[in-house]
Amino acid sequence: MPEFELMELLDVGMKETKSAVALISEATSPPCQSARSLLERKVENEHLSGHLPTHLKGLDETLCGGIPFGVLTELVGPPGIGKSQFCMKLALSASFPAAYGGLDGRVVYIDVESKFSSRRVIEMGLESFPEVFHLKGMAQEMAGRILVLRPTSLANFTESIQELKDSILQNQVKLLVIDSMTALLSGENKQGAQRQHQLGWHISFLKSLAEFSRIPIVVTNQVRSQNRDETSQYSFQAKLKDGLQEHTKTYDSHLVAALGINWAHAVTIRLVLEAKSGQRIIKIAKSPMSPPLAFPFHITSAGISLLSDKGTELKGPGINTIHARGHSDMINFHGECS
Amino acid sequence: MEAWRLPLSSSIRGKLISAGYTSLSSISSVSSSDLARDANITEDEAFEILKLANQSSGSSSYNGSGSLINGAKNAWDMLHEEESLPRITTSCSDLDNILGGGISCRDVTEIGGVPGIGKTQIGIQLSVNVQIPREFGGLGGKAIYIDTEGSFMVERALQIAEACVEDMEEYTGYMHKHFKANQLQMKPKDILENIFYFRVCSYTEQIALVNHLDKFISENKDVKVVIVDSITFHFRQDFDDLVQRTRVLSEMALKFMKLAKKFSLAVVLLNQVTTKYTEGSFQLALALGDSWSHSCTNRVILYWNGDERYAYIDKSPSLPSASASYTVTSRGLRNSSSSSKRVKMM
Repeated sequence: MPEFELMELLDVGMKETKSAVALISEATSPPCQSARSLLERKVENEHLSGHLPTHLKGLDETLCGGIPFGVLTELVGPPGIGKSQFCMKLALSASFPAAYGGLDGRVVYIDVESKFSSRRVIEMGLESFPEVFHLKGMAQEMAGRILVLRPTSLANFTESIQELKDSILQNQVKLLVIDSMTALLSGENKQGAQRQHQLGWHISFLKSLAEFSRIPIVVTNQVRSQNRDETSQYSFQAKLKDGLQEHTKTYDSHLVAALGINWAHAVTIRLVLEAKSGQRIIKIAKSPMSPPLAFPFHITSAGISLLSDKGTELKGPGINTIHARGHSDMINFHGECS
Repeated sequence: MEAWRLPLSSSIRGKLISAGYTSLSSISSVSSSDLARDANITEDEAFEILKLANQSSGSSSYNGSGSLINGAKNAWDMLHEEESLPRITTSCSDLDNILGGGISCRDVTEIGGVPGIGKTQIGIQLSVNVQIPREFGGLGGKAIYIDTEGSFMVERALQIAEACVEDMEEYTGYMHKHFKANQLQMKPKDILENIFYFRVCSYTEQIALVNHLDKFISENKDVKVVIVDSITFHFRQDFDDLVQRTRVLSEMALKFMKLAKKFSLAVVLLNQVTTKYTEGSFQLALALGDSWSHSCTNRVILYWNGDERYAYIDKSPSLPSASASYTVTSRGLRNSSSSSKRVKMM
C-alpha cells in the first residue's frame, strides 16, 4: 500500500508510517544466508549433497549426483517412450536403504493414468539390484514403502497433496512422483485463463512443498503438436533478419511439451525423452548446472538403461524440440509399456 | 504551495485547515506556540509542521550553486559521472561490448528470455563477477541474490566461482612473472560467502524484502549488485487484480531505481516470457505487461537464433540496439566460438 494511503487509514504521521513499514518489512523479509552456508548445509545434511541417484551413470554425473532435492524435475515425452518406467525405477531407488544408494524412505506415487505396476517394479528390483532383492522380505519391505494414490479428479489430487504437506516429514516421505500432471489438468473443463490460474496455484504449491521438505518432486508431462499460429519469435526478430536465418518450419512431427510456457519456466530441470529414427534418447533440456547432453537409452527388464554414458552435446532449438519419429515400432516391449 | 499537500496525518491536517492555515506562507510566518494554540494541537506537532513547511518552501527558492531547482544537476556534470561509472563484466566480451562495457551500476537492467536460455546463468555469473577485485579490473563488491523460484543451484555457483578464480590465477601468474604482482587471495568458497542469498516465497515477502533492502544495504555497503530471479514468478499467478498488480510493480521498480542511485549499485531483474497477440499473430514478449515494460531503464532480451544464444539490447537510453551471441559453458558465460561476425547492429 502506498504510504499516503496508509497514513490516511491509520491517521498517523509520515515518520511513524515510514518506521512502521520498515519494521514490518524487516520482520516479513526472508532471512539472509550466504551462498557458502547453503552449500555447506547441503553437503552436511543431505544424502549425497541433496541428490537422488538415477543409477544411470552418465545422467547422474551431468546432474551433479542425480535428481536434486527441493526442486521440480520434469520428464516429458511422447506416449510409450518410458516416462512411467523411469518414475517407477526412481521410486524403487528412493525406497532403498542408504547403503545401496537409496534414500531409505517412503515414496508417494500419484498415478493418474493407472500406469503403475507393482509386478513391474519388483521385476526391475530383481533384475537391477539382485543382491538386495533376494534377501528375505526385502521385496515386500521396499514395495511397502511406495504409496500409490489414484486421484479421481484434480480436486481430489489437490486435497491429497495438501494433506501430504503436513505429514511429509513425520512419515519419512523422501520422494513425490506425479504421473502425469497433464492428465490431471486435462480432465478439468475449465478454459483459458481459469485453467492457467489453477495450474499456477499448483505450480506454487508444489515448488514450496519441494523446498520446505527438501525432497525431490518428479512430474511427468505429455506432448502436443505445435499449433500453426504458434511462434517462438519476438517482435524485434522479424526486423533483425539475420542473413542466413531462413528457418523453414520442419514438419517432422513437431511436438512441444504440454502445460504451457509458465510451467516450462517453473520446472528447474527438464528431461526430454524422445525417439529419433528408431533410437530412444533422453536429453537434458533445461538444467542450471548441466550442459544440454543427450544420451541414447533402451528399456530392459531392469528398467531404463543408458546405451552410452557419454552424452552428445546439443545445440540450439534441438534442445527443446521433441521428436517422435520411428517410435511406433518400439511400443510393444514385453507386451506392456508406458 | 498549499497546506493540504504537506505529508501529515489527516486529522492534524484537518485541524490546520479549519484553523485557517491554508497556505505554506501562512504557516511559516507563525511561531510554533501560536500555531499550537490556534489549531488546537500539541507544541511538538506544531514544531513538526513548521519544520516540514520550511523544508518544502526552502526547496523552491533559488539555490546559490547555480541550479534553478533543488537536486537538479547539469548535463555536463552528469557526463563526467556517466563515463566514470563502473560496470560489471558478464565474462563474455561480445556481450560486454554491446552493453557498453558490462552491466552498468546505478541503473536497473531487465533481462528476459524463454526457459533454459540462461537467465539464471547470467545472474549467477554477475554475482560472481562483481566480486572480482579492483586490481583485476572488477568492482570488489558483494552480491545480493533474491531467488523467487528456487532456481539458484549452489553447485553451479561453485563451478562458476572456481572458474573465475582459475582465470584470475592464470592472469596473476602472468603478472607475477612480468610485473611482480601479488598473489591472489580469493578462494571459491570466499566468493560464495559474499553472495547474500534470499529465498522469497510469496509476493508479500518480495515487497517486504524490497522495502528492507535499504536498511540491509546501508549495513553492508559493499553490495554492488542486486539480482532478482525472477521478478515475475509471484506476480504471475497470485494476483487477481491487475490494476493493483501494475501499481505494486511500478512502485517496486521505483524503489529499485532509488536503491540503484543511492548506493551506486546495479539492479538486475530477470523476467520470464509470455505470448502476446499483436499485429495479427502471436509473438513472444516479456511478461508482466506493457506498463511494466516502461519501468526499467535498460532491457536485454535473450533469445535463440538458429543454434546459438543471443542477447539483444531492446531498450537503453544510451546504447544502440544490437545483438551479440554468447554461450553457457561449464565455466559460466563465455563468447561463442563463432563470434567473428556476431555483433549485429540495427
